[in-house]
Amino acid sequence: MIYFDNAATSWPKPPGVTEAMVHFLEKVGANPGRSGHRPSVEAGRIVYDAREAVAELFHAPDPLRIVFGANATEALNLALRGLLRPGDHVVTSSMEHNSVMRPLRALEEQGVSLTVVPCSPQGFLSPPDLEGALRPETKLIVLNHASNVVGSLLPVREAGQIARRHGCLLLVDAAQTAGDYPIDVQTEYIDLLAFTGHKALGGPMGTGGLVIGERVPVDELEPLKRGGTGSRSEHEEQPDFLPDKCEAGTPNAVGLAGLAAGARWVLETGVEHIRAHEVRLTQQLIDGLREIPGVTVYGGLDATRQTAVVSFNVAGLEPSEVGLRLDEEYDIMCRVGLHCAPAAHRTIGTFPTGTVRFGLSYFNTPEEVETALEAVRAIARANK
Amino acid sequence: MSYGVVLVPSTSHAIRAERVCHLAGLKVKLIPTPRQLSSNCGTALRFDWEERETVEQVLRANKVDYDEVHQLEW
Repeated sequence: MIYFDNAATSWPKPPGVTEAMVHFLEKVGANPGRSGHRPSVEAGRIVYDAREAVAELFHAPDPLRIVFGANATEALNLALRGLLRPGDHVVTSSMEHNSVMRPLRALEEQGVSLTVVPCSPQGFLSPPDLEGALRPETKLIVLNHASNVVGSLLPVREAGQIARRHGCLLLVDAAQTAGDYPIDVQTEYIDLLAFTGHKALGGPMGTGGLVIGERVPVDELEPLKRGGTGSRSEHEEQPDFLPDKCEAGTPNAVGLAGLAAGARWVLETGVEHIRAHEVRLTQQLIDGLREIPGVTVYGGLDATRQTAVVSFNVAGLEPSEVGLRLDEEYDIMCRVGLHCAPAAHRTIGTFPTGTVRFGLSYFNTPEEVETALEAVRAIARANK
Repeated sequence: MSYGVVLVPSTSHAIRAERVCHLAGLKVKLIPTPRQLSSNCGTALRFDWEERETVEQVLRANKVDYDEVHQLEW
């Protein structure tokens, strides 16, 4: 089997991830932060290890300003619904996933005003266009770091500089970059970074979080939920400090044990090394697909300006048909359709048909890419 | 023997406090908060009372919020 659906969730997981989760379930087991006994403290240490590994990877100065949750979607909802109030203005791009668009459209109904800045048909955003959309009442810029449809990298550092100049905050959706593209929240002026654990960070599903920078007013951040935290138990009000303010209820500690191992593996392997391998595979895939008659490849077609995600179509065939044949006849797993990002498909001109998407990872090989290219060649030829 | 106990807002703070103190070469230990002390959190950081100043310096330098420091005879 060739697994090319890593942009949806990564597989296989790095070595040590499964073992860390089994260790947690078999040898630790207790509820982190709820009791003072040794297994509970040990569980707390494992959750803290995850915080520390993620902080190191993103160059976040304070591990306690990382709030864990179920996925990037939950983190994005916390940031958007937690900070935006009626009368505020928010700016985003036309390449966003529905994890950003849907909360923003709902907030729009409640009186938040929204500007969606158009991107190029290759999926890129021009910083002057972004800056031109800002108003005095703009509170937040929210951008994905890279598109989940064509992989195009958005100019987050420039957006961060723009946000500082105009006195607003920058929220970055790093679902497609955390773990296989360098991220530095300090030098890129990222105030809020939403990440998921189950993609390039190598962790299991059900893990993710929000890195909350120093410029974010924590007292104004409304939590998504309230409940037990193991701290300030004598009070019936939610604690006002991080991470407890935004981490009510027993956490997914077994998942975070896996995330800690995955993030540690990324740190030990080196993000630059992972990225270099993926750039080579991605360019091989782009170049190979472009040579096939009848195949259209979307995006910038330059692996150094995108992540390891390649969208394409075969003339005369629906994406779903191509995906089915790749799965059943060639044992190649991919994702077809709109990828939860209708705005991005409108931008690149593939709405409502969608595309076939290959999402590569560090664990894929040039041989697998070549096999997949042969399969697409055969499918395109048979259709002529 | 005279010990100090640092009370912290949460277990996450306790574990971070332990980690930064270990990195600074200090001998500290996480303990269940002694019953006679009223705390927000069930876990506290124990240290040798002689190192009180250094412990507080290390916590402040790493921006670890803590509530109170108590002296206990063990």
